Amino acid sequence: MTISVGLSTYLLVGAMLFCIGLYGVFAKRNIIAVLMSIELMLNAVNINFVAFSRFTPWANTAINPLIGQVAALFVIVVAAAEIAVGLALVITIYRNRQTTNVDDLNWLKW
Amino acid sequence: MFKEMHNLFQWAWLIPFLPFLSFLIIAFITKRSKGLSSTISILAILTSLGLSIGIGIGVISSGTELVEQPFLSTVNWLTIGGLKIDFGTLVDPMSAMMLFVVTLVASMVQIYSLGYMHGDKGFSRYFCYQSLFAASMLGLVLATNLLELYVFWELVGLCSYLLIGFWYFKVSAREAAKKAFITTRVGDVGLLIGILFLYKQFGTLDFYGPGSLSVQMATNFQDFALIGSASYLTIMALLVFIGPMGKSGQFPFHVWLPDAMEGPTPVSALIHAATMVVAGVYLVARMFFLFDHASPVALEFIAGIGAFTAIFAATIAIAQDDIKKILAYSTLSQLGYMMFALGVGALTASMFHLMTHAFFKALMFLGAGSVIHALHEKQNIWDMGGLYKKMPITTITFGIGVLAISGIPPFAGFFSKDEILAAALQNGHPFIYAVGLFTAFLTAFYMCRLFFVAFLGKEKQENHPHESPKSMTVPLMVLAFFSVVGGWAALPEHNFAYFIHYGAFEPEGMNWGLAAISVLAGLLGIGLAYTIYIKQAIQAEAIVARFPGVYKLLKNKYYIDEIYQWVIDKVMDGFVAKVLYWFDIHIIDGIVNGLALITRGAGSGLRRTSTGQLQTYALVFFFAVVVFYLVLAMGEGQLAALNPLAMLGGVK
Repeated sequence: MTISVGLSTYLLVGAMLFCIGLYGVFAKRNIIAVLMSIELMLNAVNINFVAFSRFTPWANTAINPLIGQVAALFVIVVAAAEIAVGLALVITIYRNRQTTNVDDLNWLKW
Repeated sequence: MFKEMHNLFQWAWLIPFLPFLSFLIIAFITKRSKGLSSTISILAILTSLGLSIGIGIGVISSGTELVEQPFLSTVNWLTIGGLKIDFGTLVDPMSAMMLFVVTLVASMVQIYSLGYMHGDKGFSRYFCYQSLFAASMLGLVLATNLLELYVFWELVGLCSYLLIGFWYFKVSAREAAKKAFITTRVGDVGLLIGILFLYKQFGTLDFYGPGSLSVQMATNFQDFALIGSASYLTIMALLVFIGPMGKSGQFPFHVWLPDAMEGPTPVSALIHAATMVVAGVYLVARMFFLFDHASPVALEFIAGIGAFTAIFAATIAIAQDDIKKILAYSTLSQLGYMMFALGVGALTASMFHLMTHAFFKALMFLGAGSVIHALHEKQNIWDMGGLYKKMPITTITFGIGVLAISGIPPFAGFFSKDEILAAALQNGHPFIYAVGLFTAFLTAFYMCRLFFVAFLGKEKQENHPHESPKSMTVPLMVLAFFSVVGGWAALPEHNFAYFIHYGAFEPEGMNWGLAAISVLAGLLGIGLAYTIYIKQAIQAEAIVARFPGVYKLLKNKYYIDEIYQWVIDKVMDGFVAKVLYWFDIHIIDGIVNGLALITRGAGSGLRRTSTGQLQTYALVFFFAVVVFYLVLAMGEGQLAALNPLAMLGGVK
C-alpha cells in the first residue's frame, strides 16, 4: 500500500508540532519548558513555510526561488534573539524570586 | 374721560408691584433702619391705595362695559411646546372692588402697626413681610388665569406662615404657623389637581377673554360622565372648591384660623379677617362659571358646607373667653356666610358681604389690638371691664363694628347680611335661610357679650388702660367710617349689584319684610346679651350649670383638634407611617442596595480572570482565536470568502 506523501502530510506534521508546542505553553510549570515549547511552535511554522515553498507550482519549473526556506531562516534568527531576551528575563526573575515555577509568578493577581 | 381711565387700567400692574418693590428694598437694603423700612412700606401701600381708587373710579364711570368685557393686559410668561402661560392683570368691577378693600385695609393696618409694633425687635422684618403679603394678595386679585392665581395663592399662604410665626421664639406661634400652612396645603392639593385636569381638558387656564375657560364652557363644551354618574365639570368644581375650603377656613379645614391668632393682632386683622381668608371666596366667585355649568350638586355642596361652618363656628364663639379667639370664630362664621351665599347662587351678596365684613372685622380686630396693647397683652375678656372710661375712641369704634356685624341698619353689615339671607330664601333654600337667621342671632349675641363684658361694666383694679396713640386710633376711625357707609353702596341706582353680578342683571329692590326679620334676630341677640351681662337678670353661670356637657363641648371647640391629633397619632404615625417606612427600607433601599450588590457580585466573579499567571492569559488568547476561526468558518456572506477551510482543501 502506497501512501502518497504530498503537501498535506507536511502541513499535518507542522500542525501536530504546533499543537504539542501550544500544549506545552499552557501546561508546563517550568518557565524554561514554556520557552522551549514556544521554540517548538516556531519550528512547526518553519516546516509549514518550507513545505509550501517546495510544493508551490512556480512559473519557471527549473528554478525554485526558495522563498519559504529563506523565511524559515529568518524565523530561526529571530527565534534565537528572542530566546536570548527571554532567558535574560528568566534569570532576572530567578534572581528576584528564587523560583522558576510559572504558578508563583502571580503578583498581578487580584 | 373713559379713554384716560382705559390708560390707567394698563398701569394696574403697578398696584402689586410697588409693595413688592418695597419688600425687596426692605429685605435687602433698609433692614437695619426701622424708620426707613416702615416709611417705604407705608408709602408703597398708600400709593397702591391711590391707584386702586383711581381704577375704582374708572370702573364705575365705564358702566357695565367692563362687566361684560373685563380689561385684560397680559404678558407671555412661558411657552413650552403646546403650553402657553401668560401673566397679567384683569380689571373688572370685582377685582377693582377687591383692590380697594385690600389696599385700604392693608394701609390702615400698616399705619396701625407703627404704634402697635413700636419697640419690637423685628420691626423691619414685620414691614417686610407686610409688604410681601400686600403684593401677593393684590397680585392674586388681579390674576388673569388659574396658574397665576395659584402662584399668588401660595405666596399669601407663605406670608401667612411668616407672619403667624412672627414671634418665632414662642413655641405656640411656631406650631400655629406650621398648622396654618399645612392645613391650607392640604386644600391646595385639591385645587392643583383640579387645575391640572382643567388644563388637560380645555388647553387653557384663562378666566375670561377669547378661548378662555368661561367662553369654552358656555359655548362648545360637552359635559360627560367621569366617575359613576358624576359629570366631569362637577368633579372639577368639587376639586377646585377644596382649595377655598382650606384657605377660607370651611369645615373641616377651619382648625388653623383660631390658632393663627398667635400672630400680632394687626396681622390677624389684615390676613385672617379681611384679605387672605377671603381669597377662597374670591376664587369661587371668579370660577363661578365652572360651578354654574356643573351639576347643582356642586353649588349645593358649597352651600351646605358654608352654612354648616357658619353655625358651627358661631356656636363655638359663644363659649370662648379670649377676645381674639371670639373674633376668629366670628370670622369663620362670616366666611361661612360668604360661602353659602355663593352656594345659593348669590354672587353679588357674597361679594358685598366680603367688602363690608373686611371693614368691620378689621376694625374690630384693630380695636381688640388696641385693648391688648393698653392692658399689656391681656386677652381674656373676663380680665377686662369698663374700658369705655379710659379708651373712648376704641370703645366707640368697636361698638360701631359690633352693630355692623349684628346687622343693625344703617350700618354696613345690615345690607350685606340681609341680601344673603334674602337670596337664600328666594333661591329656594329655606333650611339654609333658617340656619343663617339663627346664626345671625348667635352672632349678635356673642359679639355683644364680648362688648358688654370687655368694654362696659365695672373696671378692674389691676388694669391701667390708656387710649392708644393717634397712629392706632386714626385707622380705627377710618375703618369705622367705612363700616357705617360701606353698606350704602347697595342703595343708588347703579348700585353694587349693577357692577358685580353673574349672568344677567336683574335689579331688585330690597325685601323690607325679610330685612325686618333679620334685624329682629339681631336685636334679640343683643337683648339676650344685655339681659345676661349687663342687667344680670339671668346668670351666665346658671345656664352653664344647666348644660355642663354642652358648655364643655363648645368651649373645647367640639374637640376637633383632639380628634385630628388622635388621627395623626394613631392612624398616620401608627399605621400609615409604619407601612411607608417598611416600604422605604425594604423596597426602595432594597433596590438601591441590590444594584450595589449586583455590581459587587459581578466584580468579585469577574476578577477571577485576573490570575496574574501568564498561561491563563495565553489560554484566553487561544480561545479567542478559536472563536474567531469559528466565526469565519461558519459565518455567511462576506465572511465565507475568507473561509480558510476552503483554501486549505484547494491545494494538494
